Amino acid sequence: MMSASILKLYNGTSVPRRDIPELPLEEFLRAILDATDHGWRVSAYFGTPDGGDFRLYCLLASKAEGVLGLLGAKVAADAALPSIASLCPQVSLFEREIAEQCGLAIEGHPWLKPVRFQRPLFNGPGKGVPEDKEPGVMDFYQVQGHEIHEVAVGPVHAGIIEPGHFRFQCYGEQVFHLEISLGYQHRGIERFMIGGPHPRSPYQMEAIGGDTTIGHGQAYAMIIEALSGTRVPARAEAIRGIALELERLANHTGDLGAIAGDVGYLPTSSFCGRIRGDFLNMSAVLCGSRFGRGLIVPGGVGFDCNPQQAGLLGSRIATAREELANAVDLLWNTPSVLARLENTGTVSEETARELGLVGPPARGCGLNRDIRRDHPFGIYRMSQIPVVTATTGDVHARTLLRWLEAEKSLDFIEEQLRQLPAGVYRNNAGAIAGDQVAVALTEGWRGEVCHVAVTDETGRFGRYKIVDPSFHNWQGLAMALRGQQISDFPLCNKSFNLSYCGFDL
Amino acid sequence: MVDTILHLVLVLTMPPLLLGVIGKTKAAFAGRVGAPYLQPYYDLARLMRKGVVISDTTTWLFKAGPIITLAATLLAALLVPLGRHAAPISFTGDMILFAYLFALGRFFTTAAALDTGSSFEGMGAAREVTFSCLAEPALFFALITLTRLSGSLSLTPMLNHVTLFVWWDTGAALLLMMTGLFVVLLAENCRIPFDDPNTHLELTMIHEVMVLDHSGPYFGCILYGASLKLYLLGAFFLHIALPLSSGNSYLDWLIFALSMILLAMAIGVVESVMARLRLIRVPQLLVAAIILTAFSLILVVR
Repeated sequence: MMSASILKLYNGTSVPRRDIPELPLEEFLRAILDATDHGWRVSAYFGTPDGGDFRLYCLLASKAEGVLGLLGAKVAADAALPSIASLCPQVSLFEREIAEQCGLAIEGHPWLKPVRFQRPLFNGPGKGVPEDKEPGVMDFYQVQGHEIHEVAVGPVHAGIIEPGHFRFQCYGEQVFHLEISLGYQHRGIERFMIGGPHPRSPYQMEAIGGDTTIGHGQAYAMIIEALSGTRVPARAEAIRGIALELERLANHTGDLGAIAGDVGYLPTSSFCGRIRGDFLNMSAVLCGSRFGRGLIVPGGVGFDCNPQQAGLLGSRIATAREELANAVDLLWNTPSVLARLENTGTVSEETARELGLVGPPARGCGLNRDIRRDHPFGIYRMSQIPVVTATTGDVHARTLLRWLEAEKSLDFIEEQLRQLPAGVYRNNAGAIAGDQVAVALTEGWRGEVCHVAVTDETGRFGRYKIVDPSFHNWQGLAMALRGQQISDFPLCNKSFNLSYCGFDL
Repeated sequence: MVDTILHLVLVLTMPPLLLGVIGKTKAAFAGRVGAPYLQPYYDLARLMRKGVVISDTTTWLFKAGPIITLAATLLAALLVPLGRHAAPISFTGDMILFAYLFALGRFFTTAAALDTGSSFEGMGAAREVTFSCLAEPALFFALITLTRLSGSLSLTPMLNHVTLFVWWDTGAALLLMMTGLFVVLLAENCRIPFDDPNTHLELTMIHEVMVLDHSGPYFGCILYGASLKLYLLGAFFLHIALPLSSGNSYLDWLIFALSMILLAMAIGVVESVMARLRLIRVPQLLVAAIILTAFSLILVVR
C-alpha cells in the first residue's frame, strides 16, 4: 500500500508545492481510504482555489512511522466531489467544511449540513459577495413517536460559557440522539489569513481559542519558522515547552474542578478553581500574561526566563503540586463522586477510532495518540513526556487522565527548569519562501492542533488551514450522549470541555 | 400567647438564616470565606424591589403558583409545633392537612412550571412529581408510626410525645424513622445528594428548573417558601432526632433555635462530603427511605 502517491514529511517542515503528488480525484480518495485503513489519521483536509478550479489537500498522520503524509488532487469548480464519509467517518466534517468553504458540491454525503454557516471562503466567478447565513437555522434530525420529545439548549446558556446549540431527541430522560450546531463565534480567521502573514496575524492566532494561546501560537510560529528556515534556539524551545505544559496544567486543573462542581462536590471544585489561577499566574511570571499572550514569537520566545524567574516557578510548581494532589485525592476518596463518574458518557474505542478523536477524549478510550510523542516538535524531540491512557472511555477515564497528565506535566516542567539551556532566546525569522506547503502539529491541552499553510509565488499565504482539536472531538461528545440520561449531559460536556471558538474560527 | 407570638416571629424571620448557615458550612469545607450569614435576607430584599418579566404564553396560573405555594406553606407553619411547644393550630387529623398542604404547594409549582410551555420546566415538573410520589409514603409511614406511639392523630401531641424515655423504649424504631426522615428532608428540600441548589445547569436541575421563568417578587416568594419548607420539615425532624426539653419555656425556645442551626450545619456537612446522585439513582434512595420508615412502623406495631 502507501505507494508513492503520498509525500512523506516531518512535523514542522515545509515542502515545495510542486513536490506534492497530484492524483486524479478517484485515486486521491482511494489513497485516503487506503491510508486510513492502515492506521493513518486525517489531520486536515481542505480545498484551496487554483485558477478557476480547486485543489484539495489532505494531511495524514501515521503514528507507526512517525511521519506525516501530504497528497493533493484537482477538482473542477463545477464538478461534484464524491463523498467518502460513509466509508471513513473521520472525514465527514472535513467534507462538509469543503462544501461550505469552497462551494463545491459533495456527492453522496450522508449528513450534509452547514458547519459554521459561513459564506464561501473564496468568491467564485460571478458569485458576488454572499452573506454569512444565520447560525442554527437548518433542518435538525428528528425522532418521532409516542412520548418522544425534543429539548433545545442554547445558544444562550445559563452559565458563563460560549454559545452553541444542542438538540436532544429524548424518550423520557433518555437521550436517543444529540445534534450539535455551532458557528455562533465564527470570526473568519482563515479568511483574515489569506494574503498574510499580516502584522496582526500572530495575535489572531493566539486568539483562535483563548485557552489554547500557546498551543495555537506555537503551531503558527512553527509554520513561519518552517517557511523561513529559521532555527529556534534551544533555550526558546525549553521555555515554549514549559509554557505549553503550564497551559495544560491550568486547563486540566480547571476541568477537574469543573467536573467536581458539576457533580455537586464543592471542596475539589473550589480548590481547583484557585489552583488553576496559580498556574495561570505562573504563565504570567514567564511573559506577563496569564494566558501566555505574546510569549511565543516566530524564531523563539518574546521573553527570556532568568534564573530568578526559574527559581520562582520551581517553588510555585512544588506548592501547586502538593495542593493539587490534595484537592484531587478528595475526588478519588469520595465514593459518591466515583459512582457519578463511572459508566457515564462512555465512548467505545472503535467509535473513537472511526471518528478520529484526539487528545484526552481519545486517550480516555485507550487510543494511544499524542503528538508530543508521535510527531515530536520543539523540546519534545529532546525530552520525552510519557503518554497516559485510560481504557474505559467514560467520564471517569477522562477525569483520571487529566490528573495523570497534570502529574506528568509537573514533572516535565521541573525537569526543564533544572536544565534550562543557555544561549539566546530568540532568532530573527527570515523571509517566507514562496510556493511551499508547511505543516505544524502541536499537542495542545485539548489535543492535536494542526496548522497548514500554502504560500503563493510571492510568499504570501494562499490558504491557511487551522484544525482545532475540537473540530475532531465534538462528534465524540454527541456519541457519548447516546442512550445516556439527559441530566448527565452537562457532566459529559465538561469532561470533553471542547472549544466553540476554536471550532468556529 | 407568648409562645404563639414567638412561634410566628420565628417562622417569619428565621428560615432564610438556615440557608445562610448551610452556605457558610459549605464554604468552610471548601476553604472559602463564603457569603455572609444574612445573604439570603439581602437576596430576598433585592428580589422584592425588582421588576417582573412575564412570558406572553403564560396565564394566571404562572402568577398564582408562587403565591399559593407560599400561602400553603405558611398555613402548614401554623400546624407544626416548634420545639417543645404547642402549635398555634391543632386538631385531630391535622397531620393529614400538614402533608397535603405541601402537596398543594407542589401541585401549583408544577402547574406554573408547565404553564410556561418550556421543555426544561416540563422536565423539572416531571422529575419533581416522580420523586415526591416516593417521598410521600415515607413521610406517611413516619406519621403513622408516631400516631401509634402517641395514640394521637394531631401533630402537637404526636411530636411532643417523643422524649428521651421513648428513645430508651423504642430506640430502634425511632432510629430507622429518623434516618428515613432525614432522606425525605433532603429530597423534599432539593438538597444534595438529590438536587444541587447551586447549579446553573438547567438539564440537571429538579426544583430550580421549574422556577427558571419566575423573577422579582414572585421568585422571592419561591425562595422564601423553600426556606420555610426546609425550616418546617427540619423542626419536624428535630422532634424525633433531638427531643430535648428543659422544662422552662423560654429556654426551650433557645434550645430549639440552636438545634435548628445545628441541623443546618449538618445539612451543610452532608452537602460538602458527597456528590449528587445520578438522577436515576434518586428513586432508589427514596425507596430505601420508605423501607426504613415502614420497618419502624413494623417494630412499633408488633
